[in-house]
Amino acid sequence: MSIFLDKLFAHSTKFIAITILFIVAWIFTVLVEHSMESIHAFGFDFLTTDIWAPNLEKFGALPAIYGSVVSTFLAMILAIPLAIGVAIFLSELAPARLKTPVGVSIELLAAIPSVIYGMWGLFYFVPIIRDAFGGVGISMLTAGIILSIMILPFMAAVTRDAMNTTPDILKESAYALGGTKWDVIKDVIIPYAKAGIIGSVILALGRAIGETMAVTFVMGNVHKISLDLTMPATSIPVALANEFTEADGDLYYSSLFELSLILLVISFAIISVAKFYFLRRKRD
Amino acid sequence: MTHTHKRIIINRIVMSLSSLSALIGMGFLFWILGVLIYNGVDALNWNIFLNEGAPPGHEDGGLKHALIGQLYIVGVATLAGVPLGVLAGTYLSEYGQKSKLAETIRDISDIMMSAPSIVIGAFVYAVVVMPMGHFSGWAGSIALTIIMLPIILRTTDDMLHLVPSTLREAAFALGAPKYKVIIQVVYRGAKAGILTGVLLGIARVAGETAPLLFTSFNDNFLNTNMNESMASLTVTMFNYATSPYEDWQKLGWAAAFILSMFILSLNIVGRLFLLKKKGR
Repeated sequence: MSIFLDKLFAHSTKFIAITILFIVAWIFTVLVEHSMESIHAFGFDFLTTDIWAPNLEKFGALPAIYGSVVSTFLAMILAIPLAIGVAIFLSELAPARLKTPVGVSIELLAAIPSVIYGMWGLFYFVPIIRDAFGGVGISMLTAGIILSIMILPFMAAVTRDAMNTTPDILKESAYALGGTKWDVIKDVIIPYAKAGIIGSVILALGRAIGETMAVTFVMGNVHKISLDLTMPATSIPVALANEFTEADGDLYYSSLFELSLILLVISFAIISVAKFYFLRRKRD
Repeated sequence: MTHTHKRIIINRIVMSLSSLSALIGMGFLFWILGVLIYNGVDALNWNIFLNEGAPPGHEDGGLKHALIGQLYIVGVATLAGVPLGVLAGTYLSEYGQKSKLAETIRDISDIMMSAPSIVIGAFVYAVVVMPMGHFSGWAGSIALTIIMLPIILRTTDDMLHLVPSTLREAAFALGAPKYKVIIQVVYRGAKAGILTGVLLGIARVAGETAPLLFTSFNDNFLNTNMNESMASLTVTMFNYATSPYEDWQKLGWAAAFILSMFILSLNIVGRLFLLKKKGR
């Protein structure tokens, strides 16, 4: 009896664990399957066409891809220096009695759902952008800024963790040689934790590019490429969030599925690079 | 200026910049928190818990439909995601260990934890909503379960791994079969850690909006039938906040406040469990 139960337990846990792989494979196949109509209709032109006209049944992903890339890029330029500053502050600079409360509140803020960042952005940030740059305030720039604020706590927390892996003995040796804090940071901590820091930043990038709710509120979902950052724009997740429930026609749906497929492939690639190239899991 | 002076000055500049960025970062984040509390507390009243959605213009609209819908959707996802995740994590830590299969499952779960949740929504739309022909609470729960699984799996895996192998060996030496060792010894040793993982997993999916937009959709009235579209706090918040009506926007803030407080408390309780365990 107990041999039977033993086998049953072992096999059922294994079965459930393998189900995860099955689900991921299933997600990819379903998305590919549902994208087929759009892939047949537009081929590679889907990626390079800048017209998204549901009424004409013409779909091109370029404006959404452009918006995803530009808004994420903006978010990264704004967030990286701030996050590294916060990480340096938390790992090297803050006095012990500040370290824990500030560190924990950063982590808690990383747990606040992105829909709340989006809502805050809509009511408090859009008017600021409108007053400062004119236009409606709903724009690529607003989306980039909100995205950077949303990603900041996560990026700061993981970067701090990466910096904290530097062994104390290395830092102490550098201080003993008369190094200032900055000398220690730039010559000991950053070289030591380089892979971890880069990995953390790329991981944050992977999250930012798939982020939906923080930007849906403030981007406008306009499928038009504009070099003016204060104009409304769209991105892949924004287009999906706005149009999925309203789509009519198979080709329209299929194009939206192809957008999801593109997004999934991009994020899978970015996150894999971060996780496997820079943040290889260490386990005894 | 000597070299030493220069180094000291550069040090001061960099340290001030770093403190400044910490200050800016914290400033933004406390601004959000402040706004949330200010608007949330202002919008809170008993009607919110007692009344369902009302057309704009009615003063007595509430969020009962969204609160109960949220409870159903997240509750079902938890009931499905927690046991599956814990069992799968058990396989990784106790049976698979460093095998190729276990490592692959770990890698894929790590990626899935950061994968865009709206894509999960699109997937569930294709495999559940389209065949059924309509949105449903079930579809929302399935999407959240898929998001929750890798989180629970990875924390369980890590937490079981922390249980000292001497405990397992002692139980084996007494003649216990492996499943008994795992259930009676390993799970007990990792109880606090697994519970923390579960709480953080619930906190994570409770804030998800994107995967619910086209699975459970929304409903302005109370519905407890999981077969039909169902309101959730997050989607209701999104719809109300983007509406032009002031009383709806106010309800949106109330929803945002309730949701954030719920998620923050889950996070704090989860951390306390871990701390308590470390302290012992």
